[in-house]
Amino acid sequence: MCKKLFAAAAAVLSIALISPAHAEDDVRIALVVKALGIGFFEAANEGAQEAAEELGNVEIIYTGPTTTTAEGQIEVISSLIAQRVDAIAVSANDQDALVPILKRAQQRGIEVISWDSGVAPEGRTVHLNPSSNELIGRMNVKLAADALEAKGVNAGQMAILSATPTSTNQNIWIEEMENALPEFSQLELVDTVYGDDLADKSYREAVALMRNHPNLDVIVAPTTVGILAAAQAVSDEDRIGEVYVTGLGLPSELAGHVESGAIHNFAIWNPIDLGYAATMIAYNLVQGDVSEDYVEMGRMGLAELDDDGNAAMSDPFVYDASNVADFADIF
Amino acid sequence: MMSAILKNRERFLALVIVVLVLAVGFITPDFLSFTSLVGTFNDTSILMILAMGQMLVILTRCIDLSVAANVALTGMAVGMINAAFPGVPIPLLMLFALVMGAVLGAINGFFVWIVGVPAIVVTLGTMSIYRGSVFLLSDGAWVNAHQMSESFIDLPRQVVLGLPMMSWIAIAIVALLFFASRHWRSGRDFFTAGGDPTAAFYTGVNVGKVQFKAFVVSGTLAGLCGYLWVSRFAVAYVDVANGFELQVVAACVIGGISIMGGIGTVIGCALGALFLGVINNALPVIGVSPFWQMAISGAVIIIAVIANSSAERREGRIILRSAVTARGAQKVEAA
Repeated sequence: MCKKLFAAAAAVLSIALISPAHAEDDVRIALVVKALGIGFFEAANEGAQEAAEELGNVEIIYTGPTTTTAEGQIEVISSLIAQRVDAIAVSANDQDALVPILKRAQQRGIEVISWDSGVAPEGRTVHLNPSSNELIGRMNVKLAADALEAKGVNAGQMAILSATPTSTNQNIWIEEMENALPEFSQLELVDTVYGDDLADKSYREAVALMRNHPNLDVIVAPTTVGILAAAQAVSDEDRIGEVYVTGLGLPSELAGHVESGAIHNFAIWNPIDLGYAATMIAYNLVQGDVSEDYVEMGRMGLAELDDDGNAAMSDPFVYDASNVADFADIF
Repeated sequence: MMSAILKNRERFLALVIVVLVLAVGFITPDFLSFTSLVGTFNDTSILMILAMGQMLVILTRCIDLSVAANVALTGMAVGMINAAFPGVPIPLLMLFALVMGAVLGAINGFFVWIVGVPAIVVTLGTMSIYRGSVFLLSDGAWVNAHQMSESFIDLPRQVVLGLPMMSWIAIAIVALLFFASRHWRSGRDFFTAGGDPTAAFYTGVNVGKVQFKAFVVSGTLAGLCGYLWVSRFAVAYVDVANGFELQVVAACVIGGISIMGGIGTVIGCALGALFLGVINNALPVIGVSPFWQMAISGAVIIIAVIANSSAERREGRIILRSAVTARGAQKVEAA
C-alpha cells in the first residue's frame, strides 16, 4: 500500500518534471512595454500582477527592450513566440513595424492585443486606449467644475491654455470640451490661448489670461508643459486660491503645485488600471470570452469595441492632494 | 556721422517701445500698471542677457546658434545637482553654471579659432550635441518644482528696490557690457575684429582670439541663463528654451547689430531685446490670434534687417561720395 502510494507519487512527480511546468492550466500573458525601467510601465506591471492575482491561474511575463525601439520589441516578441505564451499585450514603439511579427504570433495561436500605444488593426485583435477623446474632453470640463467647488463659488469663468494651434489631439480635446460645456452651466469659457508647449510662452499666455480676465477662476491646460507653466504663473502672480489650474499632467511633475495649492486636482490615465485592464482583456481573449462588441475588464467594467477592435478603458484618473504623492514616485 | 545714425536708431527704438507700450495700454489699461511693466521687463531679462552674449559673437562676424541648447544643458545640470544635493549653496551653483556655460562656449570658440570651421556650422553642430546631451544627462526625466530647494526657486524672484533679482542681474550685465564696450580695450576689440579683420590684424588684434573670447562670454551668459530659466519656470526638461536661439539673434538684429559684424551698440541690443519682450507680452494681452503673432514677429525682424542694411548702405555711400568728391576735386585741379 505504502509502496503503491509512493510509486504513484513518483509517477506524478516525473510527469510534472517532464511536461513544461504547470503550463496545462496556467495562462501565460506577456506584457511587452516600450522599454524597461520606465515608471509608467512599472506601474502598469503592478496592475497586471493585481489582475493575475485576482484571476488566480495567470502568470505575467513582464518584458520589453532596453531602449524604446521597434527592433528591440520585435526581438522580445520572437522570443515570446518561442516560449509559446498564451497572449501578448504590447505597448508599441511603432504601430506598423510590429505587424509582421505579431501576425506570426497570431498564426501560432497566440492572442495579441495592444494597449497604451497601438498597433495597426492587422497585428492585433483589440487595442485598449487609456481613454477616449470624448471622455478626456468631458473630464477636463469636470475638473474645472471641481476647481469652482474648491474655490466655493457657484459660477465662474474658465480659460483653456493649449499647446500649438495646429496640434491635432489638443484641438480634438478642446472641441470635446466645448461639446461637454453645456452640461456644466456654472462654467463660462472666456478664452482659448496657445502656449506652443514652450514654458516661456505658456507662462506669458497664462499671465495675460489673468490680466485680461480679472475674474478668471480656472485655467484648464490639457498639456503637461502648459499646466506646469500656468501653475507657476499663478503662484508667481500671487493668485493661489483665486485662480485654479487644472488639466492633464503627470503626478511627478505636478506634486509640488498641488502642495502649493495652485492646482486643486488634475487628471491623467492611471497606468495601474491600464495594466490591469490589458491583462483582463488578454485573459478573456485566451478563454474565448469575448463578443463582437465588448470584452470584460474585471473591476474596470466593460470595454466597448468598435469595428477596428479599439476600446477606451475609462475616464482619466483624477489626482489630488490625497493621492498625488503616492503616484509621484511611480510616474 | 555713423554714431549719429546709430544714436538715432537707439532713440527711434526707444520711441517705438514707448509708443507700443502706450498703445497696448490704451487697449488694456492694466498693461501700464507697475506690476505689469515690471513683469514684462522681468520676462525679458533672460532674452536680454543672452542677446548681450550673442551681440559680441555677431560683432566678430560669427553667430552662436547653440545658446538655447547651452541654456537647456546647464539648466538641467544645475537642476539635477540641486535635486540631488539640496544643501549646495545657490551662489556656488550659479558659479558652476557660469563655468559650465563658459566651457560649452569655449568648445565653440575652439573650433572657430583653432580649427577654423565657420561659426554657423560649428554652433549648428554643438546645438544638436548639447541638446542631445540634455537627454543623455537626464535620461529624459524632468526635474520638477517639488524636487528643487526653496532657495533655488526663490533667488531670481527676490524683490530688491521694486525689481526682482533676475531683472537686476540683467541690468547689471547690460551695464557691465556698456562700460566694457566703451572703456576697455578688450571690449572695443570686438568691434575692431568684426569691423575690418584685415585692419584689425595690422593693429595687432588677434581676430580668432577675439572670436574665441566672444563665444566664451556668450556661453558663460547662457550658463547663467540656464540657472535663471530653470529656476523661473521651476522645471528642467529636454526641450527647455527650444528654438530660443532665433529670438536671441532676432533681438540683436532688431537692436541694430549688423549681421556683417563690427556695427552695433550695447544699448541698441538691449532695446532690441526689450522690444521683442514687449511684443511677446503685449500680443497675448491684446488677444491677437496665435497665427498673427508669428507673422507679426517675423515682419518686425524683416523690417529691422532692412533698416539695418539701409543704415549700413548709407554709411558706405557717404564714404564713397566723399572719396568721389575728393577724386573729382583732384580731377578739377589736374584739369
